[in-house]
Amino acid sequence: MSWGEFFYMKGYAFYVWGSYGAALLIFLIEVMLVRHRRKITLQNLRMMRDAGDED
Amino acid sequence: MKLAINWFKYSAPSTFYGLAGKVIPWFAISSAILFAAGLYIGFFVAPTDMQQSEAYRIIFIHVPASILSMFIYLIMAGYAALGLIFNTRLSSMMASALAPTGALFALISLWTGALWGKPMWGAWWVWDARLTSELILLFLYLGYIALHASIDDPRRADRASAVLAIIGSVNVPIIYFSVKWWNTLHQGATIKFTGTSMHVAMQQAMFTVLAACWLYAIAVSLARVRSIILERERNTQWVSELPEAKL
Repeated sequence: MSWGEFFYMKGYAFYVWGSYGAALLIFLIEVMLVRHRRKITLQNLRMMRDAGDED
Repeated sequence: MKLAINWFKYSAPSTFYGLAGKVIPWFAISSAILFAAGLYIGFFVAPTDMQQSEAYRIIFIHVPASILSMFIYLIMAGYAALGLIFNTRLSSMMASALAPTGALFALISLWTGALWGKPMWGAWWVWDARLTSELILLFLYLGYIALHASIDDPRRADRASAVLAIIGSVNVPIIYFSVKWWNTLHQGATIKFTGTSMHVAMQQAMFTVLAACWLYAIAVSLARVRSIILERERNTQWVSELPEAKL
Protein backbone atom coordinates (compact mmCIF):
# COMPACT_ATOMS: atom_id res chain seq x y z
CA MET A 1 0.00 0.00 0.00
CA SER A 2 1.41 3.41 -0.98
CA TRP A 3 1.14 6.57 1.12
CA GLY A 4 -1.15 8.05 -1.52
CA GLU A 5 -3.51 5.12 -1.12
CA PHE A 6 -3.25 5.37 2.65
CA PHE A 7 -4.25 9.04 2.71
CA TYR A 8 -7.03 8.38 0.19
CA MET A 9 -8.71 6.01 2.70
CA LYS A 10 -10.66 4.34 -0.11
CA GLY A 11 -12.54 7.57 -0.71
CA TYR A 12 -13.25 8.35 2.96
CA ALA A 13 -10.24 10.68 3.37
CA PHE A 14 -12.39 13.77 4.11
CA TYR A 15 -14.34 12.03 6.87
CA VAL A 16 -11.45 10.15 8.48
CA TRP A 17 -8.88 12.97 8.38
CA GLY A 18 -11.55 15.55 9.13
CA SER A 19 -12.25 13.66 12.37
CA TYR A 20 -8.65 13.20 13.47
CA GLY A 21 -7.63 16.66 12.27
CA ALA A 22 -10.40 18.35 14.27
CA ALA A 23 -9.57 16.31 17.39
CA LEU A 24 -5.88 17.23 17.10
CA LEU A 25 -6.76 20.90 16.55
CA ILE A 26 -9.04 20.92 19.61
CA PHE A 27 -6.33 19.33 21.78
CA LEU A 28 -3.71 21.82 20.57
CA ILE A 29 -6.00 24.81 21.16
CA GLU A 30 -6.86 23.56 24.65
CA VAL A 31 -3.20 23.14 25.58
CA MET A 32 -2.46 26.65 24.24
CA LEU A 33 -5.34 28.15 26.24
CA VAL A 34 -4.26 26.42 29.44
CA ARG A 35 -0.68 27.63 29.00
CA HIS A 36 -1.90 31.14 28.22
CA ARG A 37 -4.06 31.15 31.33
CA ARG A 38 -1.08 30.19 33.48
CA LYS A 39 0.99 33.00 31.95
CA ILE A 40 -1.76 35.55 32.59
CA THR A 41 -2.34 34.26 36.13
CA LEU A 42 1.34 34.57 37.04
CA GLN A 43 1.47 38.05 35.45
CA ASN A 44 -1.51 39.15 37.53
CA LEU A 45 0.11 37.82 40.69
CA ARG A 46 3.23 39.86 39.99
CA MET A 47 1.20 42.97 39.15
CA MET A 48 -0.75 42.57 42.38
CA ARG A 49 2.50 42.33 44.33
CA ASP A 50 4.09 45.31 42.52
CA ALA A 51 1.01 47.40 43.19
CA GLY A 52 1.59 46.90 46.90
CA ASP A 53 -0.44 45.06 49.44
CA GLU A 54 -3.64 47.04 49.02
CA ASP A 55 -5.60 43.98 47.89
CA MET B 1 -5.68 8.87 62.05
CA LYS B 2 -2.52 9.00 59.97
CA LEU B 3 -4.56 8.27 56.86
CA ALA B 4 -6.90 11.11 57.69
CA ILE B 5 -3.99 13.51 58.07
CA ASN B 6 -2.56 12.59 54.66
CA TRP B 7 -5.95 12.93 53.08
CA PHE B 8 -6.39 16.45 54.33
CA LYS B 9 -2.83 17.31 53.48
CA TYR B 10 -3.42 16.64 49.79
CA SER B 11 -6.82 18.28 49.79
CA ALA B 12 -5.14 21.55 50.79
CA PRO B 13 -4.76 23.67 47.63
CA SER B 14 -1.19 24.63 48.57
CA THR B 15 -0.01 21.01 48.71
CA PHE B 16 -2.04 19.93 45.72
CA TYR B 17 -0.65 22.79 43.62
CA GLY B 18 2.91 21.47 43.99
CA LEU B 19 1.93 17.82 43.63
CA ALA B 20 -0.01 18.52 40.41
CA GLY B 21 2.94 20.42 38.98
CA LYS B 22 5.17 17.38 39.52
CA VAL B 23 2.88 14.78 37.95
CA ILE B 24 1.63 16.73 34.88
CA PRO B 25 4.70 16.00 32.66
CA TRP B 26 4.38 12.26 33.33
CA PHE B 27 0.71 12.20 32.36
CA ALA B 28 1.43 14.32 29.27
CA ILE B 29 4.33 12.18 28.06
CA SER B 30 2.56 8.86 28.59
CA SER B 31 -0.52 10.28 26.86
CA ALA B 32 1.53 11.22 23.77
CA ILE B 33 3.14 7.77 23.66
CA LEU B 34 -0.21 5.99 23.95
CA PHE B 35 -1.79 8.23 21.29
CA ALA B 36 1.03 7.35 18.89
CA ALA B 37 0.78 3.64 19.69
CA GLY B 38 -3.02 3.55 19.51
CA LEU B 39 -3.18 5.37 16.18
CA TYR B 40 -0.42 3.18 14.78
CA ILE B 41 -2.42 0.06 15.64
CA GLY B 42 -5.62 1.71 14.44
CA PHE B 43 -4.30 2.71 11.04
CA PHE B 44 -1.62 0.12 10.25
CA VAL B 45 -2.51 -3.06 12.15
CA ALA B 46 -6.33 -3.08 12.35
CA PRO B 47 -7.85 -4.49 9.16
CA THR B 48 -10.31 -2.76 6.86
CA ASP B 49 -13.92 -3.26 7.94
CA MET B 50 -16.04 -5.41 5.66
CA GLN B 51 -19.13 -3.21 5.78
CA GLN B 52 -17.78 0.27 6.41
CA SER B 53 -14.44 0.05 4.57
CA GLU B 54 -11.93 2.63 5.91
CA ALA B 55 -14.57 5.01 7.26
CA TYR B 56 -14.92 2.87 10.40
CA ARG B 57 -11.47 4.05 11.55
CA ILE B 58 -13.20 7.13 12.95
CA ILE B 59 -14.24 4.79 15.78
CA PHE B 60 -10.78 5.00 17.38
CA ILE B 61 -11.32 8.66 18.26
CA HIS B 62 -15.13 8.78 18.33
CA VAL B 63 -15.72 6.13 21.00
CA PRO B 64 -12.92 7.21 23.39
CA ALA B 65 -13.99 10.88 23.13
CA SER B 66 -17.62 9.93 23.79
CA ILE B 67 -16.72 7.77 26.80
CA LEU B 68 -14.55 10.55 28.22
CA SER B 69 -17.24 13.18 27.72
CA MET B 70 -19.58 11.10 29.90
CA PHE B 71 -17.04 10.03 32.54
CA ILE B 72 -15.62 13.53 32.97
CA TYR B 73 -19.14 14.82 33.53
CA LEU B 74 -19.71 12.30 36.33
CA ILE B 75 -16.34 13.10 37.92
CA MET B 76 -17.08 16.82 37.62
CA ALA B 77 -20.51 16.37 39.23
CA GLY B 78 -18.89 14.21 41.95
CA TYR B 79 -16.32 16.89 42.78
CA ALA B 80 -19.02 19.57 42.67
CA ALA B 81 -21.13 17.50 45.09
CA LEU B 82 -18.16 17.02 47.45
CA GLY B 83 -17.58 20.76 47.40
CA LEU B 84 -21.25 21.41 48.09
CA ILE B 85 -21.52 18.92 50.97
CA PHE B 86 -18.16 19.29 52.71
CA ASN B 87 -17.41 22.85 51.62
CA THR B 88 -13.96 21.78 50.41
CA ARG B 89 -12.38 24.43 48.19
CA LEU B 90 -10.23 22.11 46.14
CA SER B 91 -13.13 19.86 45.06
CA SER B 92 -15.00 22.83 43.65
CA MET B 93 -11.87 24.02 41.86
CA MET B 94 -11.40 20.55 40.36
CA ALA B 95 -15.00 20.60 39.13
CA SER B 96 -14.49 23.88 37.32
CA ALA B 97 -11.16 22.69 35.92
CA LEU B 98 -12.78 19.58 34.41
CA ALA B 99 -15.69 21.33 32.68
CA PRO B 100 -13.87 22.79 29.64
CA THR B 101 -12.08 19.48 28.95
CA GLY B 102 -15.33 17.55 29.20
CA ALA B 103 -17.03 20.02 26.88
CA LEU B 104 -14.26 19.62 24.31
CA PHE B 105 -14.55 15.83 24.41
CA ALA B 106 -18.30 16.16 23.86
CA LEU B 107 -17.56 18.44 20.92
CA ILE B 108 -15.09 15.93 19.45
CA SER B 109 -17.66 13.17 19.94
CA LEU B 110 -20.35 15.15 18.06
CA TRP B 111 -17.99 16.35 15.33
CA THR B 112 -16.49 12.93 14.57
CA GLY B 113 -19.99 11.45 14.81
CA ALA B 114 -21.22 13.86 12.14
CA LEU B 115 -18.30 13.00 9.88
CA TRP B 116 -19.04 9.31 10.39
CA GLY B 117 -22.81 9.68 10.02
CA LYS B 118 -22.61 11.42 6.65
CA PRO B 119 -20.98 8.57 4.68
CA MET B 120 -22.79 5.79 6.61
CA TRP B 121 -26.31 7.17 7.15
CA GLY B 122 -26.29 9.90 4.51
CA ALA B 123 -26.84 12.63 7.10
CA TRP B 124 -24.53 14.79 9.22
CA TRP B 125 -27.12 14.92 11.96
CA VAL B 126 -30.36 13.19 12.92
CA TRP B 127 -32.49 13.89 15.99
CA ASP B 128 -31.78 10.44 17.31
CA ALA B 129 -31.88 9.75 21.08
CA ARG B 130 -28.14 9.06 21.32
CA LEU B 131 -27.11 12.14 19.35
CA THR B 132 -29.60 14.43 21.04
CA SER B 133 -28.64 13.37 24.57
CA GLU B 134 -24.94 13.86 23.75
CA LEU B 135 -25.76 17.35 22.44
CA ILE B 136 -27.57 18.04 25.71
CA LEU B 137 -24.41 16.92 27.52
CA LEU B 138 -22.42 19.56 25.63
CA PHE B 139 -25.02 22.19 26.60
CA LEU B 140 -24.87 21.07 30.24
CA TYR B 141 -21.11 21.62 30.24
CA LEU B 142 -21.52 25.03 28.60
CA GLY B 143 -24.32 25.92 31.03
CA TYR B 144 -22.13 24.91 33.98
CA ILE B 145 -19.23 27.04 32.69
CA ALA B 146 -21.49 30.03 31.94
CA LEU B 147 -23.28 29.85 35.29
CA HIS B 148 -20.00 29.61 37.20
CA ALA B 149 -18.58 32.56 35.27
CA SER B 150 -21.67 34.71 35.78
CA ILE B 151 -21.48 34.76 39.60
CA ASP B 152 -18.79 37.03 41.03
CA ASP B 153 -18.38 35.40 44.42
CA PRO B 154 -16.50 32.14 43.68
CA ARG B 155 -17.99 30.24 46.64
CA ARG B 156 -21.51 31.12 45.57
CA ALA B 157 -20.63 30.28 41.97
CA ASP B 158 -19.39 26.87 43.19
CA ARG B 159 -22.64 26.13 44.98
CA ALA B 160 -24.99 27.26 42.23
CA SER B 161 -23.11 25.43 39.47
CA ALA B 162 -22.77 22.32 41.66
CA VAL B 163 -26.56 22.03 41.78
CA LEU B 164 -26.70 22.31 37.97
CA ALA B 165 -23.94 19.69 37.58
CA ILE B 166 -25.63 17.24 39.95
CA ILE B 167 -29.07 17.54 38.33
CA GLY B 168 -27.51 17.30 34.86
CA SER B 169 -25.81 14.00 35.68
CA VAL B 170 -29.18 12.30 35.10
CA ASN B 171 -28.40 12.78 31.41
CA VAL B 172 -25.35 10.50 31.46
CA PRO B 173 -27.19 7.18 31.94
CA ILE B 174 -29.72 8.43 29.38
CA ILE B 175 -26.90 8.77 26.82
CA TYR B 176 -25.48 5.39 27.73
CA PHE B 177 -28.75 3.46 27.56
CA SER B 178 -30.31 5.52 24.74
CA VAL B 179 -29.39 2.91 22.13
CA LYS B 180 -31.24 0.29 24.18
CA TRP B 181 -34.24 2.26 25.35
CA TRP B 182 -35.11 3.80 22.00
CA ASN B 183 -35.03 2.49 18.49
CA THR B 184 -32.12 4.60 17.30
CA LEU B 185 -30.19 4.97 14.09
CA HIS B 186 -27.01 4.98 16.16
CA GLN B 187 -25.52 1.52 16.47
CA GLY B 188 -25.59 -0.32 19.79
CA ALA B 189 -22.77 -0.53 22.31
CA THR B 190 -19.49 -1.60 20.72
CA ILE B 191 -18.09 -2.88 23.99
CA LYS B 192 -20.63 -4.65 26.15
CA PHE B 193 -20.25 -6.10 29.61
CA THR B 194 -20.71 -9.50 28.01
CA GLY B 195 -17.85 -9.04 25.55
CA THR B 196 -17.47 -7.77 22.03
CA SER B 197 -17.39 -9.01 18.48
CA MET B 198 -14.67 -6.55 17.51
CA HIS B 199 -11.42 -7.63 15.90
CA VAL B 200 -8.61 -7.84 18.48
CA ALA B 201 -6.46 -5.15 16.82
CA MET B 202 -9.47 -2.83 16.64
CA GLN B 203 -10.08 -3.33 20.37
CA GLN B 204 -6.42 -2.71 21.16
CA ALA B 205 -6.39 0.50 19.13
CA MET B 206 -9.58 1.76 20.75
CA PHE B 207 -8.52 1.00 24.32
CA THR B 208 -5.05 2.45 23.77
CA VAL B 209 -6.50 5.73 22.46
CA LEU B 210 -9.00 5.65 25.35
CA ALA B 211 -6.12 5.42 27.84
CA ALA B 212 -4.30 8.20 25.98
CA CYS B 213 -7.40 10.42 26.21
CA TRP B 214 -7.70 9.71 29.95
CA LEU B 215 -4.08 10.71 30.55
CA TYR B 216 -4.51 13.80 28.37
CA ALA B 217 -7.63 14.82 30.28
CA ILE B 218 -5.87 14.38 33.64
CA ALA B 219 -2.80 16.34 32.52
CA VAL B 220 -4.72 19.25 31.04
CA SER B 221 -7.24 19.49 33.92
CA LEU B 222 -4.45 19.45 36.51
CA ALA B 223 -2.66 22.19 34.56
CA ARG B 224 -5.89 24.21 34.50
CA VAL B 225 -6.64 23.67 38.19
CA ARG B 226 -3.20 25.03 39.08
CA SER B 227 -4.16 28.39 37.54
CA ILE B 228 -7.55 28.28 39.26
CA ILE B 229 -5.84 27.60 42.61
CA LEU B 230 -3.51 30.57 42.13
CA GLU B 231 -6.37 32.87 41.10
CA ARG B 232 -8.54 31.94 44.03
CA GLU B 233 -5.81 31.78 46.65
CA ARG B 234 -3.98 34.89 45.42
CA ASN B 235 -4.28 36.68 48.74
CA THR B 236 -2.70 33.90 50.77
CA GLN B 237 0.79 33.76 52.19
CA TRP B 238 1.81 30.59 50.38
CA VAL B 239 0.96 32.00 46.94
CA SER B 240 2.94 35.19 47.56
CA GLU B 241 5.91 33.04 48.58
CA LEU B 242 5.87 30.89 45.41
CA PRO B 243 9.07 31.26 43.39
CA GLU B 244 7.11 31.57 40.10
CA ALA B 245 5.13 34.50 41.52
CA LYS B 246 8.24 36.29 42.72
CA LEU B 247 10.15 36.73 39.43
